[in-house]
Amino acid sequence: MRQDLLSRKIDWVTVLLFGLLVIAGWLNIYAAEYDPDLEKEIFDLSVSAGKQFVWICASVFIILVLFFLDRNLFNSFAYVIYGVFIGFLLLILIGGKEVAGSRSWIGFGGFGGQPSEFAKFATVLALAKYLENPNRNLKDIKTLAISFFIILIPMTLTILQGDTGTGLVFGALIVPMFREGMHSNLLAIVGSIVLVFLLTLLVNQTVLFVVIAIGVLLGIGLTAKNPKKLIYVVGVGIVVTFVVKSVDFILTDVLKPHQQKRVLSLVNPNIDPLGVGWNVTQSKIAIGSGGFTGKGFLEGTQTKFDFVPEQSTDFIFCTIGEEHGWIGSISLLIVFSTLLLRVVYLAERQKSRFARVFGYGVLGILFFHFSVNIAMTIGLFPVIGIPLPFFSYGGSSLWAFTILLFSFVKLDAHRMQTLQRF
Amino acid sequence: MIDRSLILRAIIVVIALIFAIRLFHIQIIDKDYKIAAENNVVQKTIEYPYRGLVFDNSDSLIIYNSPVYDLMVVPKEAEVKDTTSFCKMLGITEEGFKKKFEKAKNYSSILASIFQEQLSDTVFAKIQDQLINYSGFYVLPRTIRSYHIASMANILGYIGEVSRSHLDKDTTNYYRQGDYIGIGGIEKEYESNLRGRRGISYKVVNVQGVIKDRYRDGAYDTIPIPGENIHLTIDLQLQQYAEKLMKGKVGSVVALEPKTGRVLALVSAPSYDPQLLSGKNLSKFFPDLETNKDKPLFNRPLQARYPPGSMFKTIQGIIAMHEGVVQPDEIIKTDGSNIGDLAPPGKYWMEKAIQKSSNNYFYLIMRRVVEKGVRESQFLDARIGYEKWRNYVMEFGLGRKLEIDLPNEINGNVPSIEWYDGVYGVERWKYSNIASLSIGQGELLVTPLQMANLAAILANRGYFITPHVVERIENWPNQNIKKERLPFNPSLYQTVVTGMEMVVKAGSGRRGYMDSLRLAGKTSTVQNPHGEDHSGFMGFAPLDNPKIAVAAYVENAGQGGRAAVSVASLIAEKFVFGEVSRQWLEDYVLEEKYLPKDASRLTITEN
Repeated sequence: MRQDLLSRKIDWVTVLLFGLLVIAGWLNIYAAEYDPDLEKEIFDLSVSAGKQFVWICASVFIILVLFFLDRNLFNSFAYVIYGVFIGFLLLILIGGKEVAGSRSWIGFGGFGGQPSEFAKFATVLALAKYLENPNRNLKDIKTLAISFFIILIPMTLTILQGDTGTGLVFGALIVPMFREGMHSNLLAIVGSIVLVFLLTLLVNQTVLFVVIAIGVLLGIGLTAKNPKKLIYVVGVGIVVTFVVKSVDFILTDVLKPHQQKRVLSLVNPNIDPLGVGWNVTQSKIAIGSGGFTGKGFLEGTQTKFDFVPEQSTDFIFCTIGEEHGWIGSISLLIVFSTLLLRVVYLAERQKSRFARVFGYGVLGILFFHFSVNIAMTIGLFPVIGIPLPFFSYGGSSLWAFTILLFSFVKLDAHRMQTLQRF
Repeated sequence: MIDRSLILRAIIVVIALIFAIRLFHIQIIDKDYKIAAENNVVQKTIEYPYRGLVFDNSDSLIIYNSPVYDLMVVPKEAEVKDTTSFCKMLGITEEGFKKKFEKAKNYSSILASIFQEQLSDTVFAKIQDQLINYSGFYVLPRTIRSYHIASMANILGYIGEVSRSHLDKDTTNYYRQGDYIGIGGIEKEYESNLRGRRGISYKVVNVQGVIKDRYRDGAYDTIPIPGENIHLTIDLQLQQYAEKLMKGKVGSVVALEPKTGRVLALVSAPSYDPQLLSGKNLSKFFPDLETNKDKPLFNRPLQARYPPGSMFKTIQGIIAMHEGVVQPDEIIKTDGSNIGDLAPPGKYWMEKAIQKSSNNYFYLIMRRVVEKGVRESQFLDARIGYEKWRNYVMEFGLGRKLEIDLPNEINGNVPSIEWYDGVYGVERWKYSNIASLSIGQGELLVTPLQMANLAAILANRGYFITPHVVERIENWPNQNIKKERLPFNPSLYQTVVTGMEMVVKAGSGRRGYMDSLRLAGKTSTVQNPHGEDHSGFMGFAPLDNPKIAVAAYVENAGQGGRAAVSVASLIAEKFVFGEVSRQWLEDYVLEEKYLPKDASRLTITEN
């Protein structure tokens, strides 16, 4: 009886989009590593695609388990789950195993697992729980601080492990905070700083200083009669100068050499053509060589023959670009954007603030992964090693995203019941 | 306040649009990425064809190809994390590694250059699996020339990297930097036959350069065409026997088959083992061979110039008889006053004059050819007579190339009228100025090949056939052989040939006499202002059905009747009978018993 009800309440559009992405991802993983000399089958467990099939089956099982769990479980145990994963992250800092230069993995039986992937879910849960009370106002400085605190703990711990990419993902939780009424100036300021930061990388510093000086002088000229605005203009000038200067400082003194390279190679991929810049160049070559319709399934050469690094995980988008061309890439963009817009739609129809915050948390994380991952493969953003959700090869990332999305689908399915409680 | 969910939706759509536009740009508008992708995966490989094989006249293999493996490096792509184990793998020192790497880098950092030449089979087998760990390094298979024998270097020549100047001159644009090309001998002469045609294949490779597939199923590939095999006229056994006889000496032996012009043996002494100029030996041994004072790279039979000496008297006799200035049996009394002579004064006729090598007789008969008295002025008269005489001489193949199919043949010299004009002034010279030509001395210069060719003409009783070392290319016979009759009455040759028979029977060539061989010939003692005279001989055997014509020059070996006739006679015997019965003569040659007692080995080599 309860199951019938559930199946009718589930948002099948989301499930369908999820299914499309997972299956397309699985096929592309097969293509990305396909070796024409060996001609292994897609179910062969010695190839990534074969393993990914196992992960997909496991995630279907996870979805079923989620649907059978009590709907109040997430709400009730939010802080507990959060605590447990913060504990895991601490544990890794003390003794995790190193994979690709960062220690974020712990052994999970035969497979390696990445707790930081699941910590995203836990953090969304905790933030949703904290903001569940309608009386908490994000314009209130205390609420704002605590919200940031919830985000910053796992973020800091993950970055400390050396996994900056995943760490930055936690920043995406500013999306639900924005939706819940955070002062929009705050977002604007953060956005402006990022913009100035990027400009500093792209434009010569002296040119930038000249532009700032002209801007400030112009501002002074225009606002000379209004001392209040004059102070404001001068203040902005000082802040901008400070940001530009600090970019230089961060680049040379704070970032690790390989991170510096990643940022610099964004500006000029020829800086280090066989290092990080090489990745971006090869990734663009692979996608660019696809043309309008692509080379056809299993016909790509750039990804298959290892010119593109990490071709089945972080750079999986290259395979679509190469083998399915612009048509294929656009299809993927459409499916992804539709999923994201659907999540916004679902979040907006939630009656409880908990579910809505959770929904926007899911949106923020998926959107960050989607935009940063694709932007880096087409050379619009520095290379940060984060996977394309549901698409990239890897068990823990697939499961984490599945749990994230389907917990929300589950909450959505019960939205009417939630209403009854309040 | 604007609905914040709307802002978020807008951002999602805008980002997706930015991506779509960016993708449109790199996937559809910008073609650079497609070119870069092909450059990434398409590797153009030049496939060198097998160079043609070389066989002797009995189809035994002389030159073949052996595979070698060059270790190549592209310095920019090279990455050796563990230099120690890399060096150990190759068996080189770390210092050597640095040196080689620097050298490659100085050549080009993006183009491949040879890091280590010709890895041995064992080293290659050992490293081929490990090499995948060192990016930027790969093995290029190549073949080098190998030889089943250690002789004939002067005929075979060698191959080496094509020179800058040759590349600039190459109008066919066939050769590329680093290509191999025939440099001497038949390798050079028959380069276009031997080299074949290289192919180009396009392969799809992965990031390590491992070949994964053919590009577009080989639609753009061209298949290498192997070089053509060449069959020589050289009789290997005779060649090697002649080389054995000439061991330790300086000089030449040329043996021809008169009927066909086939070169049976062509010896330049001293020579070298052809293997010394193959593959990586080339750079190692070439400088030594080039500067060696005995000039082993100098192909004496075609390039050395000697006065013909008394051998030239055969030509003189035919010209004089042809001009009708002397009858074969006309008796001419010499008093020994005209020119220095070893033959005593007395009565001579053609046969006897050749047999006894009478200098005065030939002085007199050449004077009759040159001074015909057609002009009053002795000078003008000599001019006209000499011009005619000179043309006759050149009919015998002197003073011009015989067009043998080997490189670097020289003309020799039969001085022209203009040359004498230059020396003495126009109309300021007469027969007495040029009389030393009558006995084959003076400015007359010939090559050993020209003397062997003379012997062949005499053996053929007046037929010239282009001497050649290549019998056929694959199954196509050598087309560049001319057969010509000389413009002299055939009966004239018999007189000279009878004289030559007597030279060997009872003249200066007695040492080479062998009853059953029926060798006819003429010795020369070539005056040498720098030291001991050179010993020369040319002749053929058997007299009536000549199978072999042979000329021999042994430098600083004194009289022609000693070393040269002995060498020539042994070679003729070896060829006609297949073996040598005169052990004493062989010892005489091998142990150099012909040398004057006061001449040590030093005078020979120091010349």
